[in-house]
Amino acid sequence: MLKVNGIKFLLLFAFLSTLNVNFGKTLIVGKKENYNSIKSAIAKVAIGDTIIIKEGLYREGNLIIDKPITIIGINTPIIDGENKYEIITVKSDNVFISGLRLINSGLSFIEDNAAIKLEAVNNCTIINNEFNNNFFAIYLAKSTNCKIIQNSIKAIKKTETSSGNGIHLWYCKNITIQQNYISGHRDGIYLEFVRTSEIKNNFSENNLRYGLHFMFSDSCKYSENMFKHNGAGVAVMYTKNVEMTNNRFENNWGGASYGILLKDISDSDIKNNIFYKNSSGLYIEGSNRVNIYDNDFTENGWAIRLMANSMEINFVRNNFIGNSFDVTTNSTHNFNFFENNFWSEYKGYDIDKNGIGDVPFRPIKLFSLIVEKNRPTLILLRSLFIDILDAAEKIFPVLTPETLIDKSPAMKRFYD
Amino acid sequence: MSITLKIIKYQVKDNLQSRWIIGFFLFFLIFSYWLISFTEDSHKVLLSILNMIIIVIPLICLVFGTIYIYNNLNYITFMLTQPIKRNAIYSGLYFGLIISIFVCFILGVGIPILLNILLFTESLNIVILLFITGFFQILIFTGFGFLIAIQNDDKLKGLGISIFVWLFFSIIYDGLILYLLQTFQDYPLEKLALGLTLLNPIDLGRILTILKFDVSALMGYTGAVFEDFFGNNLGLFISLTVLLIWSILPFVLGQKKFSDKDI
Repeated sequence: MLKVNGIKFLLLFAFLSTLNVNFGKTLIVGKKENYNSIKSAIAKVAIGDTIIIKEGLYREGNLIIDKPITIIGINTPIIDGENKYEIITVKSDNVFISGLRLINSGLSFIEDNAAIKLEAVNNCTIINNEFNNNFFAIYLAKSTNCKIIQNSIKAIKKTETSSGNGIHLWYCKNITIQQNYISGHRDGIYLEFVRTSEIKNNFSENNLRYGLHFMFSDSCKYSENMFKHNGAGVAVMYTKNVEMTNNRFENNWGGASYGILLKDISDSDIKNNIFYKNSSGLYIEGSNRVNIYDNDFTENGWAIRLMANSMEINFVRNNFIGNSFDVTTNSTHNFNFFENNFWSEYKGYDIDKNGIGDVPFRPIKLFSLIVEKNRPTLILLRSLFIDILDAAEKIFPVLTPETLIDKSPAMKRFYD
Repeated sequence: MSITLKIIKYQVKDNLQSRWIIGFFLFFLIFSYWLISFTEDSHKVLLSILNMIIIVIPLICLVFGTIYIYNNLNYITFMLTQPIKRNAIYSGLYFGLIISIFVCFILGVGIPILLNILLFTESLNIVILLFITGFFQILIFTGFGFLIAIQNDDKLKGLGISIFVWLFFSIIYDGLILYLLQTFQDYPLEKLALGLTLLNPIDLGRILTILKFDVSALMGYTGAVFEDFFGNNLGLFISLTVLLIWSILPFVLGQKKFSDKDI
């Protein structure tokens, strides 16, 4: 009997001690609590402790966190950077931050002041916070295995120079960015030298420049995001092995706006995305071996602007519906491949009823080629003369690329 | 003046029973109704109606205007034996025809739109712009039709010229613009392009409307120049003035020619 009790006691002790290791002490910050400032709590905090911040407004300059701790806000306490300071700087691994409202991180042209900056850390989590009117909101540098989940990031900035990025990653690896809402920053999500990260289910709208912007970021996945009404849409550059699936690019409308701007992208997949009402749906320049499958291009100015320095771009099973121009290019040469897409402009027939049109479709109109080289001619859009010109070119192609042709256009629209 | 009004009244009454005018009305009605029932997107419908307005209406007005004079030559000769001023007869015939075509245009396009007014609540300003454009196209090209018929006694020649005028304004002119823009593409031609489109009533109507469809964003700098010009009151005033001059010019010339003509 005693023996059994002893084992129970030992187990209980072991259980309690693990609890102790996991959660540590809890330090409560608030007006009527032991600590009335976050700084004083941080000064006393030990490894593995939790700081609980109660409701209130805290103005404490820059908070530096250099131990692995958990910070939890109760009833969204407000931490104000007074437009001067960086608010929270994380310099330790395993930090968990949740439930805070961070406002007014300081505008600076020398330093990238962020609401939360993570510097060279591993395994940190930033979850369920609100960010209002910050210069940069969340800034990760040289960090790995971090998670940024369910944050709401808003700003009302007027110019690109006085505004930072919503979520900014520099030299990071294995980062997860999920279910965030970002609006009003310079770039919604910005990634530079980032590897093997996942960006999923975010909503990025009304940003001054790009909704999503990445460069030199290999092997990243972007799925189920919404990019809407951003100054210049989404720009992706100098990257290999990108996977973009199930995203929606909508209403990026303006002289230099793109659903996606692809520059020097290779070996990538763009699948199942929706491009709706962008002035240019997909702009492709200097890219190689990109598979563009199963996307919807609906009512864009240009669905696809394919520059002639791109090779082996494969367009298969996409829907092209009601775009002013389906495809345009700037050369009479073409090294890309179109197959089995649905074109709403296709007027061919299907005698054997196998769902594939018997006449090949040439998606490039003569006029779109002219416009690509000489933009003012666009004033002739919807002129009868242009329609006649296009019809003539369609019958006897002379100036449009001979090989840019869909030999098996689909008769019916694809539904997922 | 009252004689002019009287002529207009009888002309309208007569025209509204004519098979041609009823045909036009049915054409407008069926075409617009078919378009609207075909798609739920109001912008697409309006763009197709725009196409009809800038392509079909000038053609109808030119050809029908020309034929109208030729067909009514006996009636005109008879009227001239009466103590009526030639100007009154001419304006009576002109406005009588304008009003009839305009009525069948308004009703033909308007009824289907009214029946589906919910579809167009957001683009009501474009609808109004389309009607104004159509109105001016009718004024201008009927005027031209009359002028051509008065100037040429040979029916075949008159019809040929009126078809050529239509070809010129709707096709050849744009070809010339494209040629100019291509030849001198190294120069900033935005202002020139703007001036040239102002001079052609069909192009002017087209540009005024497509700018409303946000197409300007596609045009980059050119679009900005155009948007800037047509977006402010001065630009609108100038384009309306140009349209007015185009409407008055053929009418006045035709009237003068008619007064001097030996019939």
